[in-house]
Parts: sequence; C-alpha cells; structure tokens
Amino acid sequence: MIIDALSGVLLIPALSACLLAALPGYRLTSRLNVLAAFLSFVTAASLFVVEPQSGPYLLVDDLNKVFIVLTTFVAFTTSVFSASYIGHEIEIGRLKLTYVRFYHSMYQVLMFGMNLALVANNIGLMWVAIELATLTTVLMVGIYRTHEALEAAWKYFILGSVGIALALFGTILIYMAARPVIGEGLEAMVWTVLVAHAAKFDPALLNVAFVFLLLGYGTKVGLAPLHAWLPDAHAEGPTPISAVLSGLLLNVALYALLRFKMLLALNPAAIAPGPLMVTMGLISCVFAAFMLYRRRDIKRMFAYSSIEHMGIIVFAFGMGGPLANFAGLLHMTMHSLTKSAIFFAVGHIAQVKGTQKIADMGGLTVTNPVLGWGLVLGVVAIAGLPPLGIFMSEFLVVSSTFARQPWLVMILVFGILVALGGLFLRLNTIAFGEPRGPTAPAQASYVPMFAHLALVFMAGIYMPPVLVTGFQNVARLLG
Amino acid sequence: MRGISFDVAHMLAGSLVLVSFMQLYQDRLYALLNIFALHALVLAASVAWQAFIQDAPHLYLTALIALVFKAIVIPVALHRIIVRLGIHREIETVVGVGPAMLLGMGLVALAMVVMLRVTAEADPLAREDLAFALSVVLLGLLMMVTRRNAVSQVIGFMSLENGLVLAATGAKGMPLVVEISIAFSVLIAFIVIGIFLFRIRERFDTVDVQALDRFRGERR
Repeated sequence: MIIDALSGVLLIPALSACLLAALPGYRLTSRLNVLAAFLSFVTAASLFVVEPQSGPYLLVDDLNKVFIVLTTFVAFTTSVFSASYIGHEIEIGRLKLTYVRFYHSMYQVLMFGMNLALVANNIGLMWVAIELATLTTVLMVGIYRTHEALEAAWKYFILGSVGIALALFGTILIYMAARPVIGEGLEAMVWTVLVAHAAKFDPALLNVAFVFLLLGYGTKVGLAPLHAWLPDAHAEGPTPISAVLSGLLLNVALYALLRFKMLLALNPAAIAPGPLMVTMGLISCVFAAFMLYRRRDIKRMFAYSSIEHMGIIVFAFGMGGPLANFAGLLHMTMHSLTKSAIFFAVGHIAQVKGTQKIADMGGLTVTNPVLGWGLVLGVVAIAGLPPLGIFMSEFLVVSSTFARQPWLVMILVFGILVALGGLFLRLNTIAFGEPRGPTAPAQASYVPMFAHLALVFMAGIYMPPVLVTGFQNVARLLG
Repeated sequence: MRGISFDVAHMLAGSLVLVSFMQLYQDRLYALLNIFALHALVLAASVAWQAFIQDAPHLYLTALIALVFKAIVIPVALHRIIVRLGIHREIETVVGVGPAMLLGMGLVALAMVVMLRVTAEADPLAREDLAFALSVVLLGLLMMVTRRNAVSQVIGFMSLENGLVLAATGAKGMPLVVEISIAFSVLIAFIVIGIFLFRIRERFDTVDVQALDRFRGERR
C-alpha cells in the first residue's frame, strides 16, 4: 500500500494514539500531541496540492477537503492550548498524571475518529467513525470524575448513543433503498455509487431514512429538542475538549447530515430535506438565544451559543442554493475558529478565577488585560458585530435567503439579536466593572486564541479569492 | 420452503417484540436481567435463522456473539455488579406499568404503519423484519425514558441495539456493518459496566440516576 496524504490523516493520529498511551510524563507527551496534530494538519493541507485516488472505503472531494483542513487546523491549535491548560490542571492537582496519559491518547483517537468520519466513502464506516468519536469524548468529559462531570458524561453517553442508534437505523434504511437498484453487498453502501444511482431509489424509504438520520446525527449536531447533552458536556469536561466539541465534532455530525441531504436532493420524488432542516435550525437558534440569559456558568453559556450558531448553519444549508450554502459554509468555518478561541480564553479565565461561575468573575479587562480583551474580542465576534468574520457570514445568510423566505429570516434575525443581548449582558459582568475573585496573572499561551481571532478578523475584511472560489465550488456541490 | 422460512422468521422477530414488552413491566432488576437474556436469546435464534435462509454464513457469527455476549456474559456480569455494589433491586419508574404498556402499543402500531407503508415494494420478509425491528428500537427507547436506574437504562439501550441488529440482518446482504455494530455494542456494554458503574459507585452510594440529577450544574 502506498502511503499518501489520505491514509496519512488517519495513520498519524492512530499511531500517535498508541505511542502516547505508552509514554509516561506530561511534558513530553503534550509536546508529542502538538507535533502529531501539526503533522496531521500539514498532511491534510497537502490534500489541496495532490488529490489522492478515492477507493471503496476512503474518499476525497471538494466538500470534505474543507472539513478535514478545518478540523485538523483547530485540532492543532487546541493541542497547543491544551498543553498549557493541562499543565496548570496538573499543578493544582485537579488532574492526576495517570489520566494525562489517557487524555493525550484519547485526544488522538478522537482526531482519528473525526478524520475517518470525514474521509469515509462508506455510510457504514462513517457511522462507526462517528460512534468512535462520540465514545472517546464521553470518556474525556468524565475525566475529572467529579459528580458533575460523571453526570454530564452519563447524560452525553445515553443521549449520544440513542442518537447514534437512530442514525444506524437510518443507515440501514438507506441500504435497503439502494439494494434493489445497486445489488447486494459492499457497493450499496459506497457514497460515490449511491450518489450515482440515487435517482432510482425508492423515495418513500429514503424519506423515512432521512428522518432517522436527521434525528440521529441531529442529536450530535446539538439541534434544539435533542440538545440536552451539549451544555453539560461542554461545562464539565476539560476546556480543550469543549473547544473541540463545539468547534469540530458538531461539524463532523453536520457533515454526515449534509452528505445525506445531497443524496436526497438527487431523487426528485423524495421529500425536500430543506424545510425539515430549516425548522430545526430556527428552533435551535431562537431557543438557545433565550437560554443565554439565565446562564450562571460561563462554559455553559458558550455551549448554548454553539447551539444557536449550529441552528443558523443548519438553517442556511436547509435553505440551500449556491449562495446560502456558501454562507453556511463560511459561517461554519468562522464559528469553529471563533468558538474555539473563546473557549481558549474561557479555559484560562476559569483557571485564574478557580471557578466557572459568572457571578465570581469581574473586571477581567483590568486584572488580566490580555485574557479579558481577548474574551471581549471573541464575544464581539461571536455576537456577529462588524467587521469580524461572523458578521460577514451572518449577513450573507440573511441576505441570500431574505428574498425567498422573508418571514423565516425575520425569525432568524430575531434569534441573533436576542443572543447578542444575552451575550453582552454577561460579558459586561465578566470583563468590566469591579474586579472580583482571584487576580493572579495567568500562565497562558495566548498564541492559539489570537491566531484564531486574527483569522476571523481577516475574513471579515478580506477573503482571499482562492478561498472564495473553493467555497463556491463546494456550495455548488451541495446543491 | 419459502412459506415455512418466512413463517419462522416472522415468529422469531415477533417474539422479540413480545419480549420487549415483557421488559417494560418488570419491577425487579434480576427479573429484568433474565428477560434481557431471553431477549438476546430470541435475537440469536432469529439471526441464526436469517443466516440459514439467506445462506449467509457470516451471520452465524453474529448470532453466536449475540448468544454468548448478550445472553450470557453481560447478564451474568450485571448480576454480579448488582450484588457486589448492593444496588437497589427495585426499579423506579417514571410512569406506571399500565400507561407504559399503552405507550408501547402505540409505538408498535406507529412502527407498523410507518414501515409497512413505505416498504410496500420491498420483499415481504425484509419488510416485516424492518417493522418489527423498529418496534424493538422504539420500545427500547421507551424503556430508557421510563426508568430511573442506570442499570435498567443500560438494559434498555442494549435491547434497542438488539433491534438494530435485527434490522441489519433482515436487510439482505448488508456488508460489514453487522460485525462492526456487534463489536460496538460489546464495546459499549464494556464501557458502561467497566467504567461508568464503577465510577458512579465510587462517588455515590446508588446507581439511581435521580441521585445524579441532584448534582446538575445549574441547580446548585
């Protein structure tokens, strides 16, 4: 077998997971973790230069290239943040050294799971990969072994498993629909073959399958009625994992959903998946926006903000069409970068203050100016204020869909504005006013946070034409 | 041959739904474990029969895994955990037996209506199998929702997985997923038994999920 970039993005995390599981100590393993994540990112980026051959199991096309590069990039920066974050957690004795070995190994297993889900050319393999990623995050959410962490992990495990079980049922139904046309065996589960024959599938089976897949993978995206696991898992796990969950794992589940949406779109007799996605997206957006007002825990608040943004993204993809897809894709990228930057800041803030309660924080811009202003910048970006990238993408979402469905867009804009109010209300307490709580300087690495924010700022002002054409190609592909 | 093979498959899949109903009204953990073992046994028989009529020898392996792991190893292990940890033997339910059974019947009716209608053109065997499998999945979900103990929720989840295995084997010639999904259900069971129950036990005196709820982040 020739080792190309495609197998590289899978082999690097898999091998380093084994290696990290065998190595003791913290300094060496955290550096190796960063190195492995960096190598994965470089390998993923090389996919744009040399496109490897797709086979019956693995696939590279314009759509998943964008996802893989985004995933490996955020995973790399998060691993840099994680090195300093975990160092502090060991110092204060919150995390034992034995768990650190486990943590780093699991981090790479998670990368492997997500990359595999993105490059899988087989709907069964993709399901397995997403299940693997879910199980590893369950273990990592419970790593502190406190009451709250255990409860969050349990809830995540139960809801995640139910979601994943429904998704498997949907996957089986897709196979049932494909079998009469393609024939028995492996071929009937391969994306490229499925897409080629989708027009001849039984539409009724496809419809039911999509409902199961939407509920199943929708649970993992964190869409509104199925989101209950998400705030707990974000709040109680280690902050690097919150960043990876919000920035990446939600995207991976969304990617699965988009693939199936493409499949349904090719069959003229099947229901249009758009309205279902639009409805769930709007519910998520508005619901999460209102939930922002009563949060007392800082990580929980940003978890709800993730639900809101996933709602916006699903809305954009549900509306469909090249422009709305472009906007959704851009918004997804911007949200991943911004939200992980916010979690980098929040992680260090919680370490400085020794708590995640918003009431015990205050005046951060005075006591820890770099962290404080970093958070302010992040929240300004995530709330969708100009001139940052999220403003651009939200503006595109709204303007590209307004002519088609003005009333629905009104609801969306309402949700965004409500969320803006909620975020700034809390930001005011945290960043300004009387300093509260411990004010020791943070031992933080600010590079990942500001790197992300700089990218978001850049995107708000100037998008390189290469990126624009790339996104346009993908948007056309999504239909 | 066609007639009898269909009838037996139909009977076995139907019995799986029946055993799912039996799980719904158990109020003792041990009894629930025994019924779950029966559930896995019926599943193993059903999968073995599918292997026979589809002439698919790899499905015998699936049946064997269902028999050994789900019908013997996991119930025995859970049994020992319950004894060792001194877990409450009564199952606390959210809704009574009557409403739960009625809900279950509603769900089965729903599964039948949905699946039989959309698969009108598929071959009758796969069609009935899928309808039964969806019923088992929904009953498993119902069980997870209406029970408060962690152990009975896990059992609900495993019976839900059984429904998925039934669906996967009913879909003729489905590649690769059967083995992998079995491997995963085993993995899940191990994670649950090995890590969660012990971790929960380390911190709480009960495996009652209600006790966990007290520690929710927001309610302090």
